[in-house]
Amino acid sequence: MRRRLALFIAALAIWMLLSWPPDSQHLLAGIAAAGLTALLCGDLFIDGTRLFTRPSRWGYFLIGYLPLFAWQCLKANIDAAWRILHPDLPINPGIVQIKTSLTSDIGLTFLANSITLIPGTMCVNIDKDKGILYIHWINVKAEDSETATRLIAGKFEPLLKKIFE
Amino acid sequence: MVIAGFIFISIGLAFNVIGCIGIIRLPDVYNRMQAATKCVTAGTCGILFGTFLVTGLNAAGAKIIICMIFILLTTPTAAHAISRAALKNGIEPFKKNGDK
Repeated sequence: MRRRLALFIAALAIWMLLSWPPDSQHLLAGIAAAGLTALLCGDLFIDGTRLFTRPSRWGYFLIGYLPLFAWQCLKANIDAAWRILHPDLPINPGIVQIKTSLTSDIGLTFLANSITLIPGTMCVNIDKDKGILYIHWINVKAEDSETATRLIAGKFEPLLKKIFE
Repeated sequence: MVIAGFIFISIGLAFNVIGCIGIIRLPDVYNRMQAATKCVTAGTCGILFGTFLVTGLNAAGAKIIICMIFILLTTPTAAHAISRAALKNGIEPFKKNGDK
């Protein structure tokens, strides 16, 4: 039931943004459409909807995670552009394993997406049972998994643990 | 505001072009996915943000914000799916000859 309610709110928000500026007719049609969506595919929505009701998690997400992510994303783009345009192609690619203690689906999704958008790394495969992520690193600095974990996920993982676990 | 918007659009176009060059220059599928995710995310988000600055918050502007959120969510997911398929099909990652 909670999951359906969360999907209803998310679908209605997207509907209202798509039919900007808001007015009462669009709101009524949106409630009908979002209600139908929530009824039909509510059980496909993400697990752990109780996370949305904790203000401290929203605080960590908006103040802690988003600025860090935006900064890393910008750095990643400049780094990638520099590597591509450099005449010698300064790359040393390889696949390393890192360990994670996150277990929830949404937490792992955010960790993998963040790793893909930070400089030089891309998540290739996830072993959820063992808690191992296989990371393609465009410039491998450390082969062993402890150092690689610290270098790649060290900034994001504690934050995501506070938000999603 | 309009001038700032066009500056963002130009930066975004430059990043998109660099991403395309990267897809051609880099050696194997994993490295190419790196170029395709990183540069194209910034490029497309830059173009969309520039367009948002030009139009302002109206019917088009609200859709641009949704597009930016969906690009940030879907680009890494698509890259992950493609590179995972490559790994499962046994494509070995490119190794550079000699140490550097």
